[in-house]
Amino acid sequence: MAAVRTFFLPHYPTYPIHICMFQDVSNAAYLRSQLLEANPDFDYAFLDAAMILSASHLLSASFLALHAHLTHRSKTRTPHSELVFRLHPNPNIGEAYKRFGISDSSSTLIAVKFGKLSKREDGKGDMSGEDVGKFLGEVVQGKCVDVGEQGEEVERFRDLGRIGKVYKVGAPGNKNGNGNGNGKKRAREDADGEGDGDTEPVDKVLEMEMVILGMMTIKGS
Amino acid sequence: MNVGLEVACGQQTNSPEKDVPELIDKPSKIARHHHIFPTYTLEFPTLPAIMPEIASPPSPIAVPPQSSSPLHILPPPFTDSNLTVLTQGAEALVYLTTFLTPSTPVVLKYRPPKPYRHPILDKRLTKARLLAEARVLVKCRKEGVKVPGVIGGDYENGWLVLEYIDGVTTRKCLDEWVHRVGMKVVQQDRERGNAERKLEAAAENGVQGEEQELWDLMRRVGSAVGKLHEIGVCHGDLTTSNLMVRKKARSRTEEPHPWPAGRQTASAIREAAITDVDAAPSPAEPMESELSGDIVIIDFGLATQTIADEDRAVDLYVLERAFAATHPAAEPLFREVLKVYGDSFKGAKVVLRRLEDVRLRGRKRSMLG
Repeated sequence: MAAVRTFFLPHYPTYPIHICMFQDVSNAAYLRSQLLEANPDFDYAFLDAAMILSASHLLSASFLALHAHLTHRSKTRTPHSELVFRLHPNPNIGEAYKRFGISDSSSTLIAVKFGKLSKREDGKGDMSGEDVGKFLGEVVQGKCVDVGEQGEEVERFRDLGRIGKVYKVGAPGNKNGNGNGNGKKRAREDADGEGDGDTEPVDKVLEMEMVILGMMTIKGS
Repeated sequence: MNVGLEVACGQQTNSPEKDVPELIDKPSKIARHHHIFPTYTLEFPTLPAIMPEIASPPSPIAVPPQSSSPLHILPPPFTDSNLTVLTQGAEALVYLTTFLTPSTPVVLKYRPPKPYRHPILDKRLTKARLLAEARVLVKCRKEGVKVPGVIGGDYENGWLVLEYIDGVTTRKCLDEWVHRVGMKVVQQDRERGNAERKLEAAAENGVQGEEQELWDLMRRVGSAVGKLHEIGVCHGDLTTSNLMVRKKARSRTEEPHPWPAGRQTASAIREAAITDVDAAPSPAEPMESELSGDIVIIDFGLATQTIADEDRAVDLYVLERAFAATHPAAEPLFREVLKVYGDSFKGAKVVLRRLEDVRLRGRKRSMLG
């Protein structure tokens, strides 16, 4: 049984979003193979926790995915793949999975499940937070980490250097000041697990987050 | 305008007994199909009976001004959310709402479809303009110009969610300043109402500290506009109302916002819509804190990505006119803006020279040859 937090976005109050985070995951390759086989039980968005900048980042992508799905303008087959797709700044699904999805070597992951969308013939589409927690607790071999009431913990394993690279923010010489070396240094601090790399450059991270949210919004146009 | 009138009529006919929830609900159903013109011919005959009611409203707020009542049906997912109207422009409606978490206040900018345009053309124009705005905002944000960030949006449906800027417009700062200076001068000398005199008088009166802050504000305006132009963006509608002074406390985590997070009662919405937004913040706050925040440029609906001196000069010219419209005393203030602007980036001096030409002929280039 894994600790699942359920979020409700304003304006979509009837669509629960279950989020669950793991560290020290040892069977990422298995999870990935199930995704590739399109096993209907594994209709989840498994994300690399290093690539999630903040709760807003994750929720914004979730909103865009949910919105695209509900307005029938999804570019992908399921809302969960849409979420992975929406995270990437370019409209390339394979690339998005490569960057934001789990790889065989991932040790931290964030699982996202839209609680009310899956269309299953056997009527098992709607999942409550408990169902999700139970299922993930069984299939994921790793230590569950509580993401916090506001999802503030999703940023715990983030790698600012890698995120900055994908979104092309924080390049050296940029006025944001997130120089590449700088970002890597902070990322290492974060990896230590105490997240005190956050305390000083909070403004810069917020600035980065704002740019990233904007890029996700205008992508594919 | 026409649509608004029809909706208002629909309100009156559908619920003459002034049931408030009805007032909010009914016109929405009508407005949703307003381009089909469903039943207006049937409803109009009953209109005269209602007319006296309009003429003598039972309470001061019984007939809301048409521009501020929610006339448009928002696309999903906002259709059923109750939103507070902040302002309305020619192209867009601006609402205050929450996004992602119930405690994040955001601005929703919605470009409603224009019923007089062909639907396909309308879609294309709306999409193109919305995207242009979003792209410029993201670009500014990337380059470090202070603008509201884009948080979400749907360019097919014409809405954009922008960061909420808590602060006052430069226009309001100036107006208040002019007002206060005016009062002081009246007290001191009723005869000399000359604009320049007022400035001097204000300085003599010992308001130097405040004065200093205002000049400082002007300098920050100059450098903000300079930075914007430097990265190759022209605002297109640079007025004092589109320059906000952000309140100092800007950390979004520590500041609890007074905005209603969830659903509101219908009367609360009407109340909020009627109250002028500019009048909403309490005027009791000290001026110093208001003047010392960051300058945030808003409303990029007409912005273009260009580095032409002409466009930059027109931007400045428009701003100059906005300053002049505030008060003649604001003219020396604008000179300060230009001074800082001139030093803010390479090529700014050329723009200032071009501004002289623009002043002579006005915003529009002569089409005579």
